[in-house]
Amino acid sequence: MNAPQLPQGQLASSHTISVLVDNEPGILARVVGLFSGRGYNIESLTVAQTDPRENLSRITIVTTGTPMVIEQIKAQLDRLVPVHRVRDLTVEGPHIERELALVKVKGSGEKRVEALRLADVFRAKVIDAKTDSFVFEVTGNTDKVQTFIGLMEGLGLVDVGRTGIVAMSRGGEAL
Amino acid sequence: MIAEEPATTGADLLVKALIDEEVEVVFGYPGGAVLPIYDSLFKQNRLRHILVRHEQAAVHAAEGYARSTGKVGVVLVTSGPGATNAVTGLTDALMDSIPVVCLTGQVPTHLIGNDAFQEADTTGITRPCTKHNYLVKMVGDLARTVHEAFYVARSGRPGPVVIDLPKDVLMNRHEYVAPNKPVQHKSYRPQLKPELKRVEEAIDLMAAAKRPVFYTGGGIINSGPRASKLLTQFVRTTGYPITNTLMGLGAFPASDKQFLGMLGMHGTYEANLAMYNCDVMINIGARFDDRITGKLAEFSPRSKKIHVDIDPSSINKNVHVDLPIVGDAAHVLDDFVRLWKAKQPRVDHKAMKAWWAEIDKWRGRNCLAYKADKDTIKPQFALERLYQHIKDRDCYITTEVGQHQMWAAQFLKFEQPNRWMTSGGLGTMGYGFPAAMGVQIAHPDSLVIDVAGEASIMMNIQELSTVAQYRLPVKIFILNNQYMGMVRQWQELLHGGRYSESYMESLPDFVKLAEAFGAVGLRVHEPAKLDDTIKQMIDIKKPVIVDVLVDKAENCFPMIPSGAAHYDMLLGPDDRAQKPVSEEGMVLV
Repeated sequence: MNAPQLPQGQLASSHTISVLVDNEPGILARVVGLFSGRGYNIESLTVAQTDPRENLSRITIVTTGTPMVIEQIKAQLDRLVPVHRVRDLTVEGPHIERELALVKVKGSGEKRVEALRLADVFRAKVIDAKTDSFVFEVTGNTDKVQTFIGLMEGLGLVDVGRTGIVAMSRGGEAL
Repeated sequence: MIAEEPATTGADLLVKALIDEEVEVVFGYPGGAVLPIYDSLFKQNRLRHILVRHEQAAVHAAEGYARSTGKVGVVLVTSGPGATNAVTGLTDALMDSIPVVCLTGQVPTHLIGNDAFQEADTTGITRPCTKHNYLVKMVGDLARTVHEAFYVARSGRPGPVVIDLPKDVLMNRHEYVAPNKPVQHKSYRPQLKPELKRVEEAIDLMAAAKRPVFYTGGGIINSGPRASKLLTQFVRTTGYPITNTLMGLGAFPASDKQFLGMLGMHGTYEANLAMYNCDVMINIGARFDDRITGKLAEFSPRSKKIHVDIDPSSINKNVHVDLPIVGDAAHVLDDFVRLWKAKQPRVDHKAMKAWWAEIDKWRGRNCLAYKADKDTIKPQFALERLYQHIKDRDCYITTEVGQHQMWAAQFLKFEQPNRWMTSGGLGTMGYGFPAAMGVQIAHPDSLVIDVAGEASIMMNIQELSTVAQYRLPVKIFILNNQYMGMVRQWQELLHGGRYSESYMESLPDFVKLAEAFGAVGLRVHEPAKLDDTIKQMIDIKKPVIVDVLVDKAENCFPMIPSGAAHYDMLLGPDDRAQKPVSEEGMVLV
């Protein structure tokens, strides 16, 4: 990932962008290629089919840029032939963001107990347990997930898998 | 009961789909993966196939065909090297928004990914250099995909589209699907009609201007001849000055006194200063390219900018604009003309008179002047003379890339659109000759001239064989200075005159080269004999190479050095000592 280039007088900020696309081969490569080819940032990217009937996928991208760059990113995404809709959730009203992480912690004794206790505080679920390890499933916004992983570092963290951010606008409107 | 097998193979379906898309000519080169298509072509006589000698040339020829007709150019190449050789042409077409459909062969579906013979990941390789691409995996999708590809290539902001065709798909059978008209694509719907409110605001802004300038580009040409007519009508109604980009030449008649010439790095003094000093800029179908803007921070600092573009991603990309209008140039100009008439705005005639007086002062600098010479042909002189011989003829010009290209843009005047074909965005040496072939195929009775440099022409010289085969009377007018002129010019200006690798040693004898391919070769080095040579070139009804030996040291002026602002133009060789190029400028291309 490249550091964002800042023209003078414009500040870079993080934006969460939802893109509705045809679920066809190569679509992810088109989107990712656009970002790398034009030197944009990707902080997080998630993609999965969301409408099997219409064969549509939803891509959620978190990216950083100046207002001019963000406007470019949206226009460039919208220009791709298989793209149906592009929405900047960050500017188009309130929205919610969630991320899921699987966190593997190995240890015994007091550390193991403490890990379990903290998992409870963060409402993380134990989805695998051995006598010397746990795998926790934690869901929340990026901050919460990050904090939980940070706490586990001192308690025998051995592996992390994260989904990246999925997001949606609040209220009854569809994308 | 065994179902009756549908009668049509994928290859036959493809040919039928091309015919239904009103394709007349295909530029291509055969190979293993596309043999079924070549077999289908053999069995019919509606489509004409032009056999090029290199796949890059096939794409440039299709571009020349497309630019001079407004139709989609069609290319057919084989898998692997056929497809990779086409990549430069595709990128060129993407940068200049030229509608091209390129059919590439592919290894059979069951071999894809196996590193099979002549396999390449064509859709992967061409994804960033096409407007869109397809890999057809089932013969049932083939006809529909072809129709969609043509729609995508020619609509909105045009561009190249690749259809990758595995060999088994070409041999399997299916029923034909005719094109749907009008096309309704599920996700791709370019906006043609502008928002009326924006158009009205634009009219008000234009009417109140005291120092306006129209800056128009290839978008006018791509929109079709009607856009050029409307532009001409509208600009004349307003009485405002107009400048064209390299891609936009011919959209407005160059002989009109409102025309300031081309703008940009090698544009005219008056055009660039009008851009710098204007208070309202009306950009229609141009994209604030770095060759146009020069130093961005000092680009037209005091103007309100209107930007009409069919591609929303072109708006606010390099330059912030005050009034963006998304729409097709012809549609928007239609509204401009209509609303201007309806509103009858009161233009500030006094301010306009003062503005024109200022422009005329800049014009008085006569920025394209050069020192003529009795003994050596100046390249500018060669083009001036060429222009005198072609101006009243039905003539099309293509160019290669470099000094000769800029001189051609400065000294040849275009009164109509679609007469000028040059590689603008990508700057592809080797573009002009194959493009000229494509133009000549589309306009068999017209005079088609490739203005070339001796370095560029060598990049696709093999096409002499193609013009020989089809008896295409293309003229190649080489301004031969025995240097890669533009490289040498930059080395002179920026690198202390160290002419590293820019000298063309061991050039061929172009006269003999022409003769070897059954063409005619002419050579001229005396200014006095130039006219006769040009006349001869035009009169010979065969392909002709004219080797014009020009002044080796001539540089292309005016010039805005890289990183400089519009007011910082170098007007001639004596100007450059006082204006050293900045360090930031050195980094720029």
